[in-house]
Amino acid sequence: MAYSDKVIDHYNNPRNVGTLDKSSGQVGTGLVGAPECGDVMRLQIKVNPETQVIEDAKFKTFGCGSAIASSSLATEWVKGRTVDDALTIKNTDIVKELALPPVKIHCSVLAEDAIRAAIGDWKKKQGVTAPAAVEAVKG
Amino acid sequence: MSTTAVATNSNGNAQASVKLPIYMDNHATTPVDPRVLEAMLPYFTGRFGNAASRNHQFGWEAEQAVENAREQIAKLVGATSKEIIFTSGATESDNLAIKGVAEMYKEKGNHIITAATEHKAVLDTCKRLEKYGYRVTYLPVGADGLVNLDDLRRAIDDKTILVTIMYANNEIGVIQPIAEIGKLCHEKGVLFHSDAVQAIGKVPVNVIKDNIDLMSITAHKIYGPKGVGALYVRRKSPRVQITAQIDGGGHERGMRSGTLNVPGIVGLGKACALAMEEMPEESKRLAFLRDRLKSKLEQNLDEIHINGTMEHRLPGNLNMSFVYVEGESLLMGINDIAVSSGSACTSATLEPSYVLKALGLGDDVAHSSIRFGIGRFNTEAEVDYVADKIIDTVKKLRELSPLYEMVKEGIDLKKIQWATEGH
Repeated sequence: MAYSDKVIDHYNNPRNVGTLDKSSGQVGTGLVGAPECGDVMRLQIKVNPETQVIEDAKFKTFGCGSAIASSSLATEWVKGRTVDDALTIKNTDIVKELALPPVKIHCSVLAEDAIRAAIGDWKKKQGVTAPAAVEAVKG
Repeated sequence: MSTTAVATNSNGNAQASVKLPIYMDNHATTPVDPRVLEAMLPYFTGRFGNAASRNHQFGWEAEQAVENAREQIAKLVGATSKEIIFTSGATESDNLAIKGVAEMYKEKGNHIITAATEHKAVLDTCKRLEKYGYRVTYLPVGADGLVNLDDLRRAIDDKTILVTIMYANNEIGVIQPIAEIGKLCHEKGVLFHSDAVQAIGKVPVNVIKDNIDLMSITAHKIYGPKGVGALYVRRKSPRVQITAQIDGGGHERGMRSGTLNVPGIVGLGKACALAMEEMPEESKRLAFLRDRLKSKLEQNLDEIHINGTMEHRLPGNLNMSFVYVEGESLLMGINDIAVSSGSACTSATLEPSYVLKALGLGDDVAHSSIRFGIGRFNTEAEVDYVADKIIDTVKKLRELSPLYEMVKEGIDLKKIQWATEGH
């Protein structure tokens, strides 16, 4: 399979790899996918409580190159946005940006799920009932 | 696309130079040995005759070349030349053996036994026969990849006409207890077919000692050309009969019509002759290279898993799972090396390898598997380059892997409730 240059770039130079302190009240963690499906993404956000702006984002992904690229891109895109604004990121935007072929669309869906799960986890910590579609998986 | 690189290992030391990309997928196919090509070439142009032309020099020359090849093949596997039927390759040989026996012996019974880890050429042929009313038993294999003889004994009933079990597996290289299986079949009066494409020329195969009645052979796994193969059909004790699946001019004693692929057949014969001569030494060299690769990987990486037994295995095969790293992403990081993965992402069906699943491996371990197929033209420098590249890439991807981090923190991944629906 031929990968797009952008997928290769994210694979070779993944952005924002790492771990945030998941016990912090400012941090939301989304863990989506499953090992037996061949994709697990963990996306974490650190939110400024005053402005609701996502100040930092980190990811780790077990999955193919497209899954790695999708989650790497997701961290780039959520950084600097407000929580509500970040929820408007759609998987189709990721597909377009990375030129993912149809067989890899599920990678972009997983990245969108990860964003929602991370925000959902953060909202829960703030005592807000989470409207996000996907709940964070308990670790 | 070919470049030469001076490989450096993870310590930064320069090693012998290797030519990139490196081909280490010799279970998929092999390059044609230049000596094989040389033997074939005259039969494309000057000696282009039809082996079935009985009344002129061109035909005689072609026929003589074909009969010489038949001898070379027969000699490698302990058969007689009259027991070798030429085909277009092992898929056709498997089809001809299984369907040909099923049709010929349908009055005797309708039951066929095979194994879960067989090649699709066998499994899909059996599935086709199920549609025609045949009954097929798919034997399980152990974690070692081997068929259990007691399972086989229990599966044979008075309607069983054929057992078809591969000699060596194409993914995990595991060698089945073929002689014992054949012995059991003969005791029960059941015919035994073996797809031996991965074993021939790699380990000693002998149809008499191994009690084989029908055996599929192909050229392109033993440094011969693609598109030519053979089926061994036993002529005595027992004399095996098969119904032809391709009708026409009655070539190959009526078992397989069609003008013979003379250059291809010459290539198959030459490939067998070379294997006969070089196998003892070559298998030692391949096992040395394979063991070198294995120990380098084991010394430098944790959480790796060997798929299938090492005890009964082809010398050039290594199938390893790099747990918590997904196979396709690993292949992407080693894109100057040609190997295969059992990961779903590398298959058309998005399902992980059914062979690895048959060993009882979880999908997650199957997703992490890489098959190395070391062959005649691989060098020690290449093995070292591959080992270093795999080690570096696995380490990099594990830095990226949430699963590896969680396991290192002592979290039991099996206790996590994963959201699997919809993926």
